[in-house]
Amino acid sequence: MKITRKDFLRISGLGLLAVAGRKAVRAVAERTSERASEQTSAPFAKQVRWGMAIDLQKCRQKDGCDRCIKACHSTHNVPQFSDRAHEVKWIWKEPFKNVFPAAQTGYTREFFGNLPVLLVCNHCDDPPCQDVCPVKATWKREDGVVTIDFHRCIGCRYCMAACPYGARSFNWLDPRPAIATVNLDFPTRTKGVVEKCNFCEERLAKGLGPACAESCEEKAIVFGDLEKPDSEVRRLLRSRFAVQRQPELGTGPAVYYIV
Amino acid sequence: MFMFEKALTGGRKYWLWITSLFLLVLAGSLCYVLQLTHGLAVTGLSRDVSWGLYIAQFTFFVGVAASAVMVVLPYYLHDYQQFGRITILGELLAVTAVTMCILFIFVDLGQPTRIVNIVLHPQPKSVMFWDMIALGGYLLMNAAIAVVTLTAQREQVPAPGWIKPVIILSIPWAIGIHTVTAFLYSGLPGRSYWLTAILAPRFLASAFASGPALLILLCLALRKLSGFDAGREAIQKLAVIVTYALAINMFLILAEVFTAFYSEIPAHEEHFEYLFIGLNGDRHLVLWMWLSTLLSGVALALLLVPKWRNNIRLLVVACVCVFVSIWLDKGLGLIVGGMAPSPLGAVTRYVPTLPESAIVLGIWASGALMITVFYKITLSVWEDN
Repeated sequence: MKITRKDFLRISGLGLLAVAGRKAVRAVAERTSERASEQTSAPFAKQVRWGMAIDLQKCRQKDGCDRCIKACHSTHNVPQFSDRAHEVKWIWKEPFKNVFPAAQTGYTREFFGNLPVLLVCNHCDDPPCQDVCPVKATWKREDGVVTIDFHRCIGCRYCMAACPYGARSFNWLDPRPAIATVNLDFPTRTKGVVEKCNFCEERLAKGLGPACAESCEEKAIVFGDLEKPDSEVRRLLRSRFAVQRQPELGTGPAVYYIV
Repeated sequence: MFMFEKALTGGRKYWLWITSLFLLVLAGSLCYVLQLTHGLAVTGLSRDVSWGLYIAQFTFFVGVAASAVMVVLPYYLHDYQQFGRITILGELLAVTAVTMCILFIFVDLGQPTRIVNIVLHPQPKSVMFWDMIALGGYLLMNAAIAVVTLTAQREQVPAPGWIKPVIILSIPWAIGIHTVTAFLYSGLPGRSYWLTAILAPRFLASAFASGPALLILLCLALRKLSGFDAGREAIQKLAVIVTYALAINMFLILAEVFTAFYSEIPAHEEHFEYLFIGLNGDRHLVLWMWLSTLLSGVALALLLVPKWRNNIRLLVVACVCVFVSIWLDKGLGLIVGGMAPSPLGAVTRYVPTLPESAIVLGIWASGALMITVFYKITLSVWEDN
């Protein structure tokens, strides 16, 4: 049989299409079986669910304190850019009125409006960032930590658009020259990938708590297992009134604010 | 390549046009190399406005691609013979537009070398996964349809029967690509400008106005440059399609404005305020958005009156108005307006930089290059017959 160039191109084109189609079908099938296994395994395992409570009153005891921010950013090699547009931040402060726009009246605004609120990734129960990522570069671990694979991220920034909390930063520039002293225990990132607070997963693996909580002298940041009824964070959430950021979105934030 | 040699003959003006487009593509490529070395910091994007011109152009051109259905549907489903020739031109415009979309997504990536991860680690929960399938499928379908029909015309034989189901499938698929593209945005919590069920209908309406408007302009340009006449009736029919789509689009925008401002829910009002009035002292998009509104109004007036619509000169003015108006609304306001104010209420100014604009212009030029070559080949086939 004689194969012309045209036939060859046609056959190889169809072959490639078939491979791509199979890949897509398999991906959808995987997704369905994942869901099935999630449902069956859930009642058996008593999981750890990491969460955090931030006591805003304690947090503002020392004016202009930024120990936790410094601790986090130096631990995780977060670059410091002076240009606000290219800023990378894992933990930072915003005025109360921007963080809880709905939780105030004109009167509370007078007092609370400009008070600083500490922000980190909420490590949601149902993170929108995980759903939108086209390459599974960000996902929720079994212990609730929402994490990123810096080597898989393609830098499409869909997760940044999807996050209703503005928790994610993009490396617009090469971050390495903007790191004062590199912590060799944690990877630096490359330009073109997204990053954010990781609840100190690398420290959790060693049995340590997050760097921000550890650095806080006022003990304003309490970290622990939300699944364990007698954990410190659960006791705190039982005894004091706490709110989450935009719970009405149904994302299920694991960071609580004691106001 | 398929009848490519036909694109290699032309007069001095033709080659001048091709050369200038090549130069623009070259300039864009050089700027892309700059972006590749320094990172996306060479663009005007920021932590708050993390999507801009690239993604907006992508969205706009998905619309242009989808609009091919406005000639395919009347011709194949209603046997509207006047669209016989224009249909191939529409399909080729779709092929070009989808290719441009893919390029716009590519230049927006922070790590373009990892693009294969989309195939290696697909995430069916991501709308981007479905958009990739929708756009890829649409590109292949339209390329196949155009090539098969044109080959049949060259050989002066009827097109093979198997292409018919592909054509029929491409009709709902066209609606699909723009719907899925709207779902990229309309399913995100915390972005209230996009979080609306009429985003997809709005996308379709604006697409069916801007796409056929562009097709009318292209056909009229062809008549001037080559002697090819799409036919007065076909052009007039397209103009009616543009009129309806434009009116529906304006109606949908007004419905959005009513909901936002009558409900007075701040999160919904803010984005419109940012775009049309200015927010926190930032008014840099206000002029453009009002220009878009004005152009839509002028176009609608010109198109509604049959005497004006049937006047080719006024029709050209109307089509340019429609195209520019929707480009401003969709290729600029939609994305930037959805990003500012940010979820934390920050209004960050976004102005595309020179390299960013050059890259966009380069992709436009490559689109113009593609459409020139495609139309040149098509017209030569028709002339030979």
